[in-house]
Amino acid sequence: MGASFVPLMIFTVIWGGVGIVLPFLVPKGPNRGVVQVVLMLTGATCWLFWLCCYMAQMNPLIGPIISWKTALVMQQEWGSGPQPAD
Amino acid sequence: MGSLFRSEEMALCQLFLQSEAAYACVSELGELGLAQFRDLNPDVNAFQRKFVNEVRRCDEMERKLRYLEKEIKKDGIPTMDSGELVEAPQPREMIDLEATFEKLENELREVNQNAEALKRNFLELTELKHILKKTQVFFDEMADPSRDQDEQVNLLGEEGLRAGGQSLKLGFVAGVILRERIPAFERMLWRACRGNVFLRQAEIDNPLEDPTSGDQVYKSVFIIFFQGDQLKTRVKKICEGFRATLYPCPETPNDRREMAIGVMTRIEDLNTVLSQTQDHRHRVLVAAAKNIKMWFTKVRKIKAIYHTLNLFNLDVTQKCLIAECWVPVLDLEAIHLALRRGTERSGSSVPPILNRMETKEIPPTYFRLNKFTKGFQNLIDAYGVAAYREANPTPFTIITFPFLFAVMFGDLGHGALMFLFALWMVMNEKPLIAKKSTNEIWNIFFGGRYIILLMGVFSMYTGLIYNDVFSKSLNLFGSEWFVKDSNQAIFRRKTTMLDPKTGLTDYTYPLGMDPVWQVAENKINFLNAYKMKVSIIIGVIHMMFGVMVGLWNHQFFRRRVNVICEFIPQIIFMTFLFFYLCILIFHKWVNYSAKADLDPALINEGAHCAPSVLITFINMVLFKSSEKVGECEPYMYGGQEGFQKFLVVIGLLCVPWMLCAKPYLIYKQRQLQHNKFDNVNGGSVMEEGGAAQLGAGDAAAAVPSGGHDEEESFQDVCIHQGIHTIEYVLGCVSNTASYLRLWALSLAHAQLSEVLWSMVMRIGLAQSGWYGGIVLWAIFGAWATLTLGILVLMEGLSAFLHTLRLHWVEFQNKFYAGTGYSFLPFCFESMLEAAQNAEVD
Repeated sequence: MGASFVPLMIFTVIWGGVGIVLPFLVPKGPNRGVVQVVLMLTGATCWLFWLCCYMAQMNPLIGPIISWKTALVMQQEWGSGPQPAD
Repeated sequence: MGSLFRSEEMALCQLFLQSEAAYACVSELGELGLAQFRDLNPDVNAFQRKFVNEVRRCDEMERKLRYLEKEIKKDGIPTMDSGELVEAPQPREMIDLEATFEKLENELREVNQNAEALKRNFLELTELKHILKKTQVFFDEMADPSRDQDEQVNLLGEEGLRAGGQSLKLGFVAGVILRERIPAFERMLWRACRGNVFLRQAEIDNPLEDPTSGDQVYKSVFIIFFQGDQLKTRVKKICEGFRATLYPCPETPNDRREMAIGVMTRIEDLNTVLSQTQDHRHRVLVAAAKNIKMWFTKVRKIKAIYHTLNLFNLDVTQKCLIAECWVPVLDLEAIHLALRRGTERSGSSVPPILNRMETKEIPPTYFRLNKFTKGFQNLIDAYGVAAYREANPTPFTIITFPFLFAVMFGDLGHGALMFLFALWMVMNEKPLIAKKSTNEIWNIFFGGRYIILLMGVFSMYTGLIYNDVFSKSLNLFGSEWFVKDSNQAIFRRKTTMLDPKTGLTDYTYPLGMDPVWQVAENKINFLNAYKMKVSIIIGVIHMMFGVMVGLWNHQFFRRRVNVICEFIPQIIFMTFLFFYLCILIFHKWVNYSAKADLDPALINEGAHCAPSVLITFINMVLFKSSEKVGECEPYMYGGQEGFQKFLVVIGLLCVPWMLCAKPYLIYKQRQLQHNKFDNVNGGSVMEEGGAAQLGAGDAAAAVPSGGHDEEESFQDVCIHQGIHTIEYVLGCVSNTASYLRLWALSLAHAQLSEVLWSMVMRIGLAQSGWYGGIVLWAIFGAWATLTLGILVLMEGLSAFLHTLRLHWVEFQNKFYAGTGYSFLPFCFESMLEAAQNAEVD
């Protein structure tokens, strides 16, 4: 799972930016506290949700059952997967 | 810290106002809207209060204004709101206003009465005109065309002179009656007069206006011929009974023509007068319509000020009024300024005095809200207003509410529809508010526009992660699953199962659910496992967050006892049992993979051997040890059995900790206080007190403290602690399971969406031929209506309700008391709004 950490990095950086960096940039005003909490919660919840979906698919224990028509179309449109290097 | 996190600090203030300045000061405070006055005369009858006369005068003025408004509306004249701030007028202005309204009302009533009389007259003349016209027709018909065209045509002609040689003189009456009554009228005439009268009737084509009701009615002209006086009386009585109006109609055509001309002239004159009257009325109403909204505001403000003044206490000896009010501490300066302004305006020399009082009463809860936070605060307040200065769940709800909604609703298409609708409402806020709609359902949706906006945005995000757009998936990055078999292998079997060992690349689909699952037949199996785990993870984190907010409350109120006796065991119990469950879930996701089955040495990490997290958890709590099945290890990591036993034991120990620690500490505290109290009183008493305490001291069970009354008897403390503990422990289990509704609703939504597509839309897309386009257009209409009605509206409301429940119960019962009451300041704005809403209803 080497290079598959790229998405992990990207999304952690994005939601980390929203939840950790942006709160420092909120302008002073009566709503500063509320906006900071909003940003932090948004970052945390959205990152957690994405992470759960990603981790659930990292090591799937079952595979999809495809009907034969769909399988043929899949092979035609999406190819038959990475070919072994010769 | 923003004031939304905790309610404002409030102060109870006493206000001393000089009687002359009182009105102006209250007016200024009403404009400011930051003081809640208390009723200092609760047992005084409404009719015995000091300013009851002024209130009565205001009521009378309001009645006159309402009459004026009704007349203005009847004429359809638009009333304009200038939008400027209308200040409450001085007391002396009230007399001027009263005089103006009186004059207007009298004028209007007079005009209306005159108009009615004129209309009645007009009606009579019109009916007379019609009679003259129609009877001319009757007489014309009777004329024999063969005879000479003589002006004087006798009605009966020859026959009248024949019988008995005497000329039979026929009398007649002419009149007008409602068209509906003619058949009954005829029948009655026939029966009463034994068929000896002759009725002719003709309909009047135009409808005539009834002067009292203003309705348009259809009438008919009739003429009755009879012989003799008896019949005449009878006929007249019947006409009276049927409310027919009789008119004198001359016999000869010449007379009739003259009368007709006279009537026409009079009608024209009357028309002129009538139109002039209407013009006058219209002018009066237009002049009034310019000011009527302003007058309403003024009168309502005066009434509100006098109602408030009625709450004050009059100190007769010092000629001043005393008031008590709750005021936010941060706004004391503003109140002082307002009072000073009021005193200056009234020209009084004595400044008002504002005293802050110490009190043991619980102040009201006040949050400063803007249009965005108001919606969310309403959601929380609907369950219970926050207790004074406890942590407010609203700032967290702003994000967690839309997020939990979106987990249940997750569909990019439906989320986009919701988002666009809310965006339209938000962009057109100002004109929509100005419309002042009375439709309750619309007002509910409009009031929650920011909530719906956020719900839409988050639903779009979760729809992206679930990869669900109107039940179809997006393939943005290319699926990571592929079909490797040859064509013949595929043909041979009805379905192909892609093995994760061979049909999966080394990468994972980066954003959300892989698109292959949408076309898979076992999509639900995979999604169920995923969504259930996500629901539990989200639920446990939400609840732990709730307990943390409770800790924040304990620290703010300096309740160290609670931190040690409640917070620590609570968090240990939840973490050791349920957060451990979440860790197990993550561990299983990371460590068990189908690809490990390729290497025989790693069989314990393969898909075949992956233990069920749920069974593991149940066995852990029941202290059951799992045996090896086949070649697979039942445990996920080394030392799991021992570690789990340790966790459960500590978790269970937390229960008596929660139950007994706090009552015991409180008991010890009270003992100490008791000792100190007794020490002051003297030695001998201490001995007695000591003996009594020794006797009662051993049991931690209910011991009512004798003598002095504490805030809570020890019995109550124990019972409360027991309830609290049981609620928390059982709640942890049931609430965690309750979060599974996140899975259930999202499954229902996805399946409904799929059914709608495959049963409705696909039929349209499968049509062929040129008429297929028309069929597709019709079917799209049906699909769109069902999508909006069922999936967006019904499912949206359902998910909204479930999210609300999750917040109100599962989140808030970890820390929220919700026993406060709202701060309702004396504010002109809110009072005017309430009056307007009541008026429209």
